[in-house]
Amino acid sequence: MKEIMSGNEAIARGAYESGVSVAVAYPGTPSTEILENIAQHPSIRAQWSPNEKVALEVGIGASLAGARVLVAMKHVGLNVAADPWLTIAYTGVNGGLVLVSADDPGMHSSQNEQDNRFYARMAGVPMLEPADSQEAKEFVGLALRISEEYDTPVLLRTTTRIAHSKGLVELGERGEHPLRPYTKDPKKYVMIPAHGRLRHQAAADRLAKLTRLAEETPVNKVEQRGKVGVITAGVCYQYVRETLPEASVLKLGLTYPLPKDKIRTFAQQVDELYVIEELEPFLEEQIRAMGISVKGKELTGVLGELDQKRLAVSLGLEDPPPSASAVSRPPVLCPGCPHRGVFYVLRRLRLTVMGDIGCYSLGALPPLDAMDTCICMGSSIGSALGMEKADPAWAERCVAVIGDSTFLHSGMTPLLDVVYNGGSTTVLILDNSTTAMTGHQDHPASGRTLGGDPAPKVDLEMLIRALGVRRVQRVDAYDLAAIRRAVREETAAPEPSVIIVSRSCALRTSPARPLVVDEAKCNGCHACLKLGCPAIQEGARIDPHLCRGCGLCSQVCPRGAIGGDSNVQC
Amino acid sequence: MSNVNNILLAGVGGQGIILAGKLLAEVLAAGGFDVKLSEVHGMAQRGGSVVTQVRFGPRVYSPLVSPGKVDYLVAFEQIEAWRWISWMRSGGLLIMDEQIIYPAGKTQVSLPEDLTSRPGTICLNARQLARQAGLVKAANMVLLGALAAHLGLDLKIWHRVLEDLVPAKYLEPNRKALEEGFARAKPSHDSLSSGPPC
Ligand SMILES: Cc1ncc(C[n+]2csc(CCOP(=O)(O)OP(=O)(O)O)c2C)c(N)n1
Repeated sequence: MKEIMSGNEAIARGAYESGVSVAVAYPGTPSTEILENIAQHPSIRAQWSPNEKVALEVGIGASLAGARVLVAMKHVGLNVAADPWLTIAYTGVNGGLVLVSADDPGMHSSQNEQDNRFYARMAGVPMLEPADSQEAKEFVGLALRISEEYDTPVLLRTTTRIAHSKGLVELGERGEHPLRPYTKDPKKYVMIPAHGRLRHQAAADRLAKLTRLAEETPVNKVEQRGKVGVITAGVCYQYVRETLPEASVLKLGLTYPLPKDKIRTFAQQVDELYVIEELEPFLEEQIRAMGISVKGKELTGVLGELDQKRLAVSLGLEDPPPSASAVSRPPVLCPGCPHRGVFYVLRRLRLTVMGDIGCYSLGALPPLDAMDTCICMGSSIGSALGMEKADPAWAERCVAVIGDSTFLHSGMTPLLDVVYNGGSTTVLILDNSTTAMTGHQDHPASGRTLGGDPAPKVDLEMLIRALGVRRVQRVDAYDLAAIRRAVREETAAPEPSVIIVSRSCALRTSPARPLVVDEAKCNGCHACLKLGCPAIQEGARIDPHLCRGCGLCSQVCPRGAIGGDSNVQC
Repeated sequence: MSNVNNILLAGVGGQGIILAGKLLAEVLAAGGFDVKLSEVHGMAQRGGSVVTQVRFGPRVYSPLVSPGKVDYLVAFEQIEAWRWISWMRSGGLLIMDEQIIYPAGKTQVSLPEDLTSRPGTICLNARQLARQAGLVKAANMVLLGALAAHLGLDLKIWHRVLEDLVPAKYLEPNRKALEEGFARAKPSHDSLSSGPPC
């Protein structure tokens, strides 16, 4: 039977069919739906961990205990998990372990477009790259077989267009894989230097064997056609087939280590050789280093996403497309979003804001314009401390803003640093009880697990106090005066402080009655437009279909012209 | 790859484009085609432009549509229609909802006056037709119904897939909305060259 599946759904299906019994992740576009779909299968214990490093470590334990394991994350998540990743490359596994890294060329939903294929090479670990949903499913099983046979973790690298494109997938049955017995083996698993040296050698030997596998595996296949040859992998294979239907293609499914003999033979059979890949010249440089001359990055460049049109243009086959003429429509905070008021106040108070990653990163855009930085998850708090270390005057002029999921992901350790190293940083935690940006995943303070079961809900305030912060306030995200008062007090206080700004995500609560503008009172000053609410239009008029009755606009209107049931409680 | 057909569903986050794309892809697969679809998740969904690309034919490679190759553009409002119109091939069909969703804070944008009435355009008040069918949110189905009238697949397939995908309590208004769109867009006589009134 065939079903239409996204790459992520297919990976989940692949995990199910290949007997994965533990699956762990932290959400991140474009990887999130893998775990959400795996969680539909009761035979797999699936969970959100607080961050990617923990997720991989849970995966390592499960593999040691003999389970087949899948761990998933977006590309930048592997930076967080890089520490265990680069050392399990030495220890190897017990039960098969596949790590899915979902890269985002073109940065549809990411802060950078790093090329995670280098993480396979750096670790000396095999890497598979599917070219469509069917392969995404099959490669999970293949990865697990390679993992167990060669005693190695395996990187399954996808990109946004694999993860979020759908195609037909042939379904199979669930194959059960009983736990492999665990045997204590300190020389293999305790990476003190003496053992590490032995295991590095083992990893090098393994890589040599994997190179032989790369030569033989059917997923590295030659499609012989014309005298123009292309070496490619992943979704780029599809673009090549569209743009150069007559070309011979060496399609790589196992992209690390490379099948050098196969590549040499292929190169000899064609007159002209191209390497077509997105982002960095990962394949190209290795192939050039073999002494083979190819064309690649000088045509396609290293930035952004490819597609068949861009490929045709870079090969000089077609003209560039006309650019779009319609007004742009940048993403905005939703009507009723509990993040809006905080940024409105921070802007009015002219504070410098060390920002973080989540829906609230949109607070950086006009008209709110209230964020100075956004680097990586958790960076806000450490950066705010650093500002203050460079010049103590920043303590009163700079705050850190971080979401609840992000705080639990990587905000606790920098807050500990603030306390430990005598900072007086003010941190605002935007507590909307969910991981909104990636589509509302649960987390340790939301009270529910990935499977929807009730879970202990960490008490943020107690947690923060336990880290040594004495000044902790809670304010309602819909109460501008309270936010302003709290921020003034805490930035003035010469010690670390945290303001927890709470309200559930507006997409997960039922709206209050929409507000209306009293036209007799409105003088068109447009103070309300400074909130950047999509429900408020020039004029001023409130779209009753969009308004969620949060009441912020009635609080900023100098003439009291906006009213109705704002329903501000709490 | 001229035997591959290209469809764009373009609109704004929250308009039901993901569901529409899913339904369309299922219908095409049930109709015996190879299908690929590409959609947008994450950051862009927060009120930004959203486009789902659907391709079908005997064998589809790329999940992405090329500019100038769009056979059917289904626009869920006018600004997005205008954004993608240059991606249509000549002779392609534009199915659009007449509503305009302004970018946050704006109340006017410049759009060509004849956007809704060009040849090869079917312009509908999808929200109103959906409301009449009993569910404003089924506007996406009205637009799909209009597309269905031109794709030439048996309407029974659409209804069967709709039954699989839509929860029972919303099925009836969705079904009606689909039929309403179908009826409005049926390629009768020369309606395509003149474009039905908006
Ligand atoms: C290391 C890493 N993992 C995952 C992501 C994807 N991601 C971006 S923001 C975010 C969390 C947002 O949740 P929260 O902090 O609660 O803010 P909200 O979106 O709910 O406002 C995630 C998971 C990322 N950018 N970096």
